[in-house]
Amino acid sequence: MATASSSTSRSRRLWLSTAGVLTAAVAFFAALRNQAAIDSRLLRAFGPIPNPVFDTPLLDLTLQHLAIVLVSSALTIAVGLPLGIWVTRDGGRDFRDIVSVGVDFGQVFPPIAVLALMFPLLGLSPASAVLALFLYGLLPVVSSTVAGLESVSPAIIDAARGMGLGHWRILFAVELPLASAVILGGIRTSVVINVGTATVAAAVGAGGLGLPIFTGINTGNTGYIFEGAVTVSLLALLLDSAVATTGLLLEPEGLT
Amino acid sequence: MITLEHITKRYSGLVAVDDLSFEVADGDVAVLIGPSGCGKTTTLRMINRLIEPTSGRVLLDGTDTRTLKPEELRRHIGYAIQSVGLFPHLTVAENIATVPRLLGWKRDRINARAIELLELVGLDPSVYAGKYPRQLSGGEAQRIGVARALAADPPVLLMDEPFGAVDPLNRDRLQVEFAKIQRELKKTVIFVTHDVDEAIRLADKIALMRLGHLEQYDSPEMLLDHPATKFVHDFVGADAALKRLSRVQVDSVMRTEVPSAHDNESALVKAAADSARFVYLTATDGTLEGWLDQRVLERGTPLADAATRINWRETAVGPDASLKEALSRMLELGYHNVPVVDDAGRLLGVVSLSDVERAMKGGDAHMAASAVTLESGNDASTNSPEG
Repeated sequence: MATASSSTSRSRRLWLSTAGVLTAAVAFFAALRNQAAIDSRLLRAFGPIPNPVFDTPLLDLTLQHLAIVLVSSALTIAVGLPLGIWVTRDGGRDFRDIVSVGVDFGQVFPPIAVLALMFPLLGLSPASAVLALFLYGLLPVVSSTVAGLESVSPAIIDAARGMGLGHWRILFAVELPLASAVILGGIRTSVVINVGTATVAAAVGAGGLGLPIFTGINTGNTGYIFEGAVTVSLLALLLDSAVATTGLLLEPEGLT
Repeated sequence: MITLEHITKRYSGLVAVDDLSFEVADGDVAVLIGPSGCGKTTTLRMINRLIEPTSGRVLLDGTDTRTLKPEELRRHIGYAIQSVGLFPHLTVAENIATVPRLLGWKRDRINARAIELLELVGLDPSVYAGKYPRQLSGGEAQRIGVARALAADPPVLLMDEPFGAVDPLNRDRLQVEFAKIQRELKKTVIFVTHDVDEAIRLADKIALMRLGHLEQYDSPEMLLDHPATKFVHDFVGADAALKRLSRVQVDSVMRTEVPSAHDNESALVKAAADSARFVYLTATDGTLEGWLDQRVLERGTPLADAATRINWRETAVGPDASLKEALSRMLELGYHNVPVVDDAGRLLGVVSLSDVERAMKGGDAHMAASAVTLESGNDASTNSPEG
């Protein structure tokens, strides 16, 4: 009976947060589409500044930004998750320190410097922005994967091995489900910092919401900065709750 | 049949298990026991190849386990451990279904098996099947652990201190239940423990280990009566004779011709006829109600007041109780005998102190024998505590 009620509250929570995220997303993009309303508000707020409204529609900038974030985050997860798994396996355990130093370096090395270094190779293109963001976001994904997998009780793995589960089955049926909450926490952090950091893409002509901010700084136009920064923050919040909801969907029952 | 042949395990120069050989017959419970670090768990884990021996081999019904895939081998050997290791994200029923699922059983068969096993370990399937491990008490989790190990009906069961993590009361109940289940299922069990009483209670054979080698592999009786070494003698303890009593069930020594009657008057007649001091008084359905003691009558107590009325639940023992329990009951109550009753309180027989003494004879013999060998021993440090 306890199980029944906990599973109802779980499905209600899931339903509520899915509905919440969808509503927020619809509201966000609907607002962005209404460029005229945004323009008139910005004009009213930043009246004294000549031309407070950036000339590319905010929706276009946001979609560019979103594309850069999604591609680089997908890469980060696609590389970081297997990397984190590998260094907790027998075959990769020896490389754990090297990988750890590597992803630490990816995080502490300024993304803007990555762009500068990649300029001779990739020129003005979104590719260098995606690379910079991919490296920057790797640390939370790899370290949370390692931490999540290591938090699984050795007794549980011993029991699984003792009953004849193979390595892959133990990984997918036991370890990853039990580590999923911790791993998703890392992915969430990675995606959120990615949204903010992706503003640097504008420096290599990849567009995105960094464009009004950079232009605003160069021309001393607070309206531009405000326009880009607020939209970036809202987008970050939206993606954060979207990942959290996905987490609720994936997290196995019985743990909370 | 499980055969260990010259099993040795070395860890970078350190010998964990040293040239170990023994055999476990089908349907027997072999208990591996010894102080921490004696290699008992390592030995257990070499049987299902969670640890690979450095040398030697393990045979399962004559098949060298090295010829089988480790995963395949383990699916046919039950495995239960002290920390249980239930999967916290799966329900009790799903946990039990683990190995049957690996073996590709049909869903209906798996469900039916889970229900059957929950009943076997004494947990109501309708309550427990859908629970998650975090909703279980320690004792319940241990029971599920055993049920999970039994799920695919493996002929062999490996248990590493399966009742080690529960309180003494629950441990006692789990031991009783395990003994009952084992009588029914007749698995070949290898059981690791560091608890001598548990070993003596459950084992058909005990393998006493020390520093990686086998000190003695024998029945509990032999281990108690004829310890092979000073270490074995010390390990089983000075109360070997008492421990021996815990191996003997009351119904194997009790006398069933007990003078009994339904009322005081006929009891008196019976006592005279049988020249017995005690005559038990029972209700018409045979339920024990008390007894009449001739000595009390001799003191001049009127017949109507001479009977001792008792509650059988407090005074009698069951037929499956051990002689140790019966003796303890006698000492507690200050009598030289204790009535034996069934579940409903009906009188089955009586066990007396002299019966206990007779059962202890083997123990006495061993005490005398071991005292002699120890005195004649050439090592001065082997003086026995009672010597």
